[in-house]
Amino acid sequence: MTSPADLSVAGAARGEQSGDEAAQALFDDLIAKDSRIEPRDWMPEAYRKTLIRQISQHAHSEIIGMQPESNWITRAPSLKRKAILMAKVQDEAGHGLYLYSAAQTLGITREEMMLQLIEGRARYSSIFNYTTPTWADMGAIGWLVDGAAICNQVPLCRASYGPYGRAMVRICKEESFHQRQGFEILLELMQGTEAQREMAQGAVDRWYWPSLMMFGPPDDQSPNSAQSMAWNIKRFSNDDLRQRFVGMLVPQAEVLGVTLPDPNLRFNDATGQYDMSEIDWTEFNEVLAGRGPANAERLRRRREAHEDGAWVREAAAEYARKQALKSAA
Amino acid sequence: MSVDRLALADEFAGAGAAGDGAVASADVAEYALRLGDDALVLAQQLGMWIARAPELEEDVALGNIALDLIGHARSLLHYAGTATGRSEDDLAYWRDEPEWRNAWIFEQPNGDFAHTIARQLFIATYLFELYGELSASTDPTLAAIAAKSVKEVDYHRDHATQWVLRLAGGTDESRRRMIAAVADTWPYVDELFHDDELVERLASEGVAVLPSRLREPFDEVIDAVLAEAELELPTGRTAFIASGGGRRGSHTEHLGPLLAEMQVLARQHPGASW
Repeated sequence: MTSPADLSVAGAARGEQSGDEAAQALFDDLIAKDSRIEPRDWMPEAYRKTLIRQISQHAHSEIIGMQPESNWITRAPSLKRKAILMAKVQDEAGHGLYLYSAAQTLGITREEMMLQLIEGRARYSSIFNYTTPTWADMGAIGWLVDGAAICNQVPLCRASYGPYGRAMVRICKEESFHQRQGFEILLELMQGTEAQREMAQGAVDRWYWPSLMMFGPPDDQSPNSAQSMAWNIKRFSNDDLRQRFVGMLVPQAEVLGVTLPDPNLRFNDATGQYDMSEIDWTEFNEVLAGRGPANAERLRRRREAHEDGAWVREAAAEYARKQALKSAA
Repeated sequence: MSVDRLALADEFAGAGAAGDGAVASADVAEYALRLGDDALVLAQQLGMWIARAPELEEDVALGNIALDLIGHARSLLHYAGTATGRSEDDLAYWRDEPEWRNAWIFEQPNGDFAHTIARQLFIATYLFELYGELSASTDPTLAAIAAKSVKEVDYHRDHATQWVLRLAGGTDESRRRMIAAVADTWPYVDELFHDDELVERLASEGVAVLPSRLREPFDEVIDAVLAEAELELPTGRTAFIASGGGRRGSHTEHLGPLLAEMQVLARQHPGASW
C-alpha cells in the first residue's frame, strides 16, 4: 500500500559509465523488447541503484503504513472488522517482506535498509504521516489510499525488473481486497446513523487530497520520471494516473453517498479529463520534508520496535549459530 | 486485481460457519463462553504486537495466531449467544468485567517478547490438549469448532516451542528473560485445570472435557520442552499459585483496561452496525 511515485526514485540515475558495451547492448535490447531483467543479468549501476531505492522505499511504506491502521486493531467495533483489519495489517507486513526480499536480490541487506529507515536516511510514502483519529479512517485509507496505491502499482506488475514485477503481482491481488474492505467500511457507515455518516464524510475529507498527492508532482515538475519510464520501471505519468484514479472515485463516491471535497471537480467533455482544484503542493512538500502530522511519531515507533526487538533477533542468530556448530560437530 | 472471494468469505465468515443453527443450552452456553472469552482476550493481546514485533516475520506470525484465535472466539461466542438470543458482538462488546469468563493467564499482559512466548507456550499446549479431546464431544457444534481449532493451535504450540528454545538457548540476556517469563507466568497455569460443577456436569454427558484430565498430558509436553531448553520450573510446583476465579467473573487488574479499550467505540454508538 504505497505510492512510489511520490518518492524521488531516479536520483541515482546519473553517471553510468560502464565500459562493458556488449552487456549494455544486451540490457538495452531486453528493455527495448520489454523483457525482464533478472538478478544475475548485467545491469547498469544507475538502474540497480534506482531500483534499490524505489523498492526499499516501497517496502518501508508498507511497514510504516501498518501503523495508522494497527492503531485501530484493539478498538475495531465488531469482531468481523477486527479480523479483517488484522488480516490487512498483516498483509502489509507480508508485502514489506516480499519487497525487502526483492531489493535484497540487488545486493543490499534487510538490516541495512531497516537502518536507513529508522535513521531517517530513507523515505517512505508521505501519506502515512497523516493520522487516523476515527474508525472511518480505516475505510478512507482502504478506499482512497489503497485505491491510489493500486493505480500506481498495477503498472508496476510489468516493471522490467523481474523480482519486483512478480512481488507486485501478489501485492496487487491483496491490495484489491484492501480497497474493497475500505469501501465496504464506508458503505456501512454511510448506511448507518447520522454520527456514522458524519464520521465517514470527515474521513473522506481528510484523506481525499493526500491520496491525490500520492501520485507525485505534476508531470512538468517531475524531472525523474523520464528515466524510469525509459527503463520500463514506470509506465504512466503522474498526472495520467491521477486522472485515472479520480475517474474511478467519482462513481464510487456516488454509490457511497459521500462528497469529494473539491467544489471544482467535474468532467470536462472537451478535454475528456476531470477538471479539479489546484492541489496544495505546499502541504505535500511540508509533509515530504518531515513536517507532517505524524512523521516523528511514525519513525519513533519503528525505531522503538526495532530496538526493543534487538535482543530477540540476537538470540535467534546466536541460537542458529550454536545449532550449526552442533550439527557440524 | 481479483481476490478469491470464496476464500475470503470462508476466512471471515466467523460464526455461522460452525453454528449451523444449533442452539446451545444454558450450561453449554456458559462453557462456550469460557472458551470463547479465553480466545478473544488472548487475540486482543496478540493483536497489540502487530507493527511492534521484533521481526517482520513475527508481525506476520503473531498476527496469524491472533486471527486464528479471533476465529475460534467468534464461533464460540456465536454459539454461546444462541442460548440467549445475543450475537457474538453483543457478547464481546456489551458485557462488563464480572461477566467475562476467561482464566487469568489469558489476561496477563504481553510484557516483553519472552513473556508473550511463555504465555503462548502454556496456553497453546493447554488448548491443543483441550481441543483434541473436545473434537469428540457429543455436542456436534463444539466438536466441529474443536476439530478446526486443534489444527491451528498445534501450529501455535510449535511457534511458541521454537521461540522458547531460541530464547533459552540464545544469548545470556535472552536466557535471563526467558527464565523470568516462565517464572512470572507459571503461577497462572494451575487455574486452567480446575474442575467445577459446570464442567463436571457437562463432562458426565460427554459434552465438555474435564480440565483436570488435561493436566498430565500438558505436563508431559511442557516438561519435554523445558528440558530441551534446559529450563526449570520455578521452585518446582510448590510456588505461589494464583487462586484464579476467572470462570466465576473475578479478574486481575489487567482485564478492565483491556475491555475498556476493546469496547470503547462500539459503546459510543449503541445499536449501530459496522
